[in-house]
Amino acid sequence: MFSRHALVLAAAVVALAGCGSPAAAPVAAPVSAPTVSASATAGLSITDPWVKTTEKGMTAAFGTLVNKGDSPITIVSGASPLSPVIELHEVVESGGKMVMRPKEGGFVVPAHGTHELQPGGDHIMLMGVTKEVLPGATIPFTLQVKDGEPLEFTAVGKDFAGGEEDYQPGHK
Amino acid sequence: MISRRGLFAGGAATAAGALAAESSARTEPPAPARSQAQVRSPGRLEPFHGAHQAGVATTPQAHAVFLGFDLLPDTRREAIVRLLRLLTDDAARLTQGRPALADTEPELATNPARLTVTFGFGPGLFTAAGVGSPVAALPAFGTDRLEKQWSGGDLLVQVCADDAVTVAHAVRMIVKDARSFARVRWTQRGFRSGTRRNLMGQLEGTVNPTDRLDQAVWIGKGPLRGGTTMVLRRIRMKLETWDAADRVAREFTIGRRLGTGAPLTGAAETDEPDYARKNHLGFPVISEYAHIRRAHVTDPALRLLRRPYNYDEGLTEKGESDSGLLFASYQADLDRQFVPVQRRLAEADLLNEWITTIGSAVFAIPPGCAPGGWIGEGLLT
Repeated sequence: MFSRHALVLAAAVVALAGCGSPAAAPVAAPVSAPTVSASATAGLSITDPWVKTTEKGMTAAFGTLVNKGDSPITIVSGASPLSPVIELHEVVESGGKMVMRPKEGGFVVPAHGTHELQPGGDHIMLMGVTKEVLPGATIPFTLQVKDGEPLEFTAVGKDFAGGEEDYQPGHK
Repeated sequence: MISRRGLFAGGAATAAGALAAESSARTEPPAPARSQAQVRSPGRLEPFHGAHQAGVATTPQAHAVFLGFDLLPDTRREAIVRLLRLLTDDAARLTQGRPALADTEPELATNPARLTVTFGFGPGLFTAAGVGSPVAALPAFGTDRLEKQWSGGDLLVQVCADDAVTVAHAVRMIVKDARSFARVRWTQRGFRSGTRRNLMGQLEGTVNPTDRLDQAVWIGKGPLRGGTTMVLRRIRMKLETWDAADRVAREFTIGRRLGTGAPLTGAAETDEPDYARKNHLGFPVISEYAHIRRAHVTDPALRLLRRPYNYDEGLTEKGESDSGLLFASYQADLDRQFVPVQRRLAEADLLNEWITTIGSAVFAIPPGCAPGGWIGEGLLT
């Protein structure tokens, strides 16, 4: 039997996956629209969010975090119906090669500044993705902000060859 | 002296003229050619959003790549919509000098060079989407020698810019985003010169309906309102035998002077050809079979908007060329505008001796879109 939870989750992903019949797809945000999403946290937004397509397993999301406020903003965690396990990652050199690992303390977006999430750098890591991320699909994300309201946005699925760094779970 | 017979022998030509475009549709002094002006300085922007797609009425850029895609099996409306949203987003960014989303070479996006990216839907795309197609394949023309590798296609992406690197980068982004949905059926590369000369030496684009676009090109009602139709013909020029034709024969074939582009009955390129005038022997000065006469369309509202590009591919071991024209024509009504002209050319056009159409494809060009929208939204949803 499917648990209600699982069903809801699956339905959400399907809808996101862009699918479909116009009737079934709740608000399918146009690809060119989700470039900016604002947070209830004053001044925080993300531009050009996208997520690397995958059939299943691991993938990552990217974009540019923008902070127009007077104080630094710290992103402490992320969530998406696409994956039960999402981590905030950095890419560092380890033993002569680049590996990714959870970023201690999360992402800090400086006051009146930006924080780039990009292949080969900091990114939102999705593990255990069970539903294929299709190109052009719109995937919802929520980033939790320390001492603030979460940032919600949708990222578009893009085919992308890079971003295949090895994963080094946890910190040594 | 040249005998009349000699002229014919030397001169049977064809559509090069079609190619030579000039002819085809002319009568009035062309508006000094907005659509034919040429290469401009790099860095300039052509708008992407608007009622019409750019790349049709846009002053032709120096370089073009026409990409023909076939949708993968089982690619239906939902997937087509995702594809078109992705490609629209790429085009909206790149044409404005901004990197595409997930652009791996963002520096190559900083010189837009009047980049335009124009989308066209072949009959197969509408079928795959479960929607009735507003365009159908052209009827067969007796002079055509169509090759599958240059014909048909479900989706056209026309990429034009004044910088070849800008074009290459845009093509690369488009193809990367299309891969999951479609296979490349053909790639046709073209270039234009500020001289407006094609590779037979003829002036292109003397007559274009630049002042009648709302009647001749843009469709006024229905789902394609604000859009148009496009025919892309790959016309091979037999330059080796064209070499054997002297200037008199060449001018007789087209009905115009090579140097000035003036009709044989006039002195300037913009002079109206006098199709009734006879020479001292009683023959028409502009032959009954001259390209410009065969291609002539009296009503400006029925003329074709021609936006041709030259192509010049690799040489054979013997140094023979693979050259010709990518004849891109835009018209509101295929059956009333394109087909009659092409029928007359196929029937009898001296230029047919030296040109052969080896590729042909037809597309509906959807209207433009507003920011946040996507090309085709009014047709597929």
